[in-house]
Amino acid sequence: MKIIKLDQISNVVIDLITHAASNLSEDVVKSLTNSLDIEISESGKSVLNKIIKNAEIAKSEDRPLCQDTGLAVFFVEIGSDVVIEGGTITEGINAGTRKGYEKGYLRKSTCDPLTRKNMGDNTPAIIHYEFTAGDKLKISYAAKGGGSENMSRIKMMKPSDGIQGIIDFAVETMEIAGPNPCPPNIIGIGIGGNFERSAIIAKKALFRNIGTINPDKELAQIEQTIYNKINNIGTGPMGFGGVCTALAVHIIKEPCHIASMPVAINIECHSHRHGSVVL
Amino acid sequence: MEFKKITTPLSEDTIVALRTGDEVLISGTIYTARDEAHRRLTLLIAENMPLPFDIKGQIIYYVGPSPAKPGEVIGSAGPTTSYRMDKYASILMEHGLKGMIGKGKRSEEVKNAIKKYKAVYFGAIGGAGALIAKSIKSSNVIAYEELLSEAVRELTVEDFPAIVVNDIFGGDLYNEGKLKFAGKFK
Repeated sequence: MKIIKLDQISNVVIDLITHAASNLSEDVVKSLTNSLDIEISESGKSVLNKIIKNAEIAKSEDRPLCQDTGLAVFFVEIGSDVVIEGGTITEGINAGTRKGYEKGYLRKSTCDPLTRKNMGDNTPAIIHYEFTAGDKLKISYAAKGGGSENMSRIKMMKPSDGIQGIIDFAVETMEIAGPNPCPPNIIGIGIGGNFERSAIIAKKALFRNIGTINPDKELAQIEQTIYNKINNIGTGPMGFGGVCTALAVHIIKEPCHIASMPVAINIECHSHRHGSVVL
Repeated sequence: MEFKKITTPLSEDTIVALRTGDEVLISGTIYTARDEAHRRLTLLIAENMPLPFDIKGQIIYYVGPSPAKPGEVIGSAGPTTSYRMDKYASILMEHGLKGMIGKGKRSEEVKNAIKKYKAVYFGAIGGAGALIAKSIKSSNVIAYEELLSEAVRELTVEDFPAIVVNDIFGGDLYNEGKLKFAGKFK
């Protein structure tokens, strides 16, 4: 049995949020730097250089990388031997979100969907829980911006559409998105599950570090095919033309109904702010 | 790459000289507005009421900055996606708006209005909010304070970096760039 106090949870959440806002993680920086060698468009290179410069300024001056500091999205793995003291874990994460966005001078972007009135503190956070064995609590966080989220799509495909159908849907999604989601993008693809599950695993796929290879060889192959096709669309950095439109394509698959093949494409911007901590 | 230095309010001579793909550095006063501010501005126009600022010759920047830290002029301040303002842009151009700064594609209606009313659409680099903030020298909320980051602000900018996406001749950087580089990834 491991006891974790609510304060501990909110404190690590504050740190995750404030750190991610101004520190682009190493995998993203490395990927952007590598893109400079791949990009053949002058304006594309110019944009990539400015994005890298922006990351340097954000880090050294402790400024948010982007004014859209996102909705706070969490994937939480709770071990069966973990006991939370002082309230529910959801309360702890929301308290940390509230304080983190205030402390870091980050933009609060949650609002009522109809009146559009700002909630004022960037809560509620969006939290996905998984229950695991053991005494560890793992909290993964991403600041998910609206521009790239708005270009994401889901489709209840037919089993007969097959792998080619999935590839075509992913490429079509990026064709339609064009410059809007701040390319170069990371593309999370959820295949299977059901309607809502495909979207959740597409989001989860974004948390995989860029540069890591999918252990499932067939999925790794599909990722490579989609990556090549997206980079041949011509969109390029910020859509000004070029061959770096995708930084990475990450797929997660899960079993689905015999009648269905749900596919969700979750697009993430180049300012991919994420981090995780284990208690 | 050579930059064209331009100042606001935008004169017709300035606009006529701009071409799709030109990198520009903008100096002077610009105004910020996003979705809800646009809805309110166009409502005022519909009711023949005065706008909170004189829109003639001006540039609207689609941005909702992050909060300024103590001692700072503004927080991070990169562009938001422009298509959400497409519904309102033509009417503002009809009433004198000459420039828009944002990111992403515009509708055919907006592109036609850009030609008709001789205006220009600039793209700024999304996700470069810390870098862009360096070109903003002052920031004052002039309307709709209750909208927080979405309030209308008057900004003084010096060498604000942007690129001409849509010019008065029908040029579209997104279409041209894509055509040039489609199929070129090895």
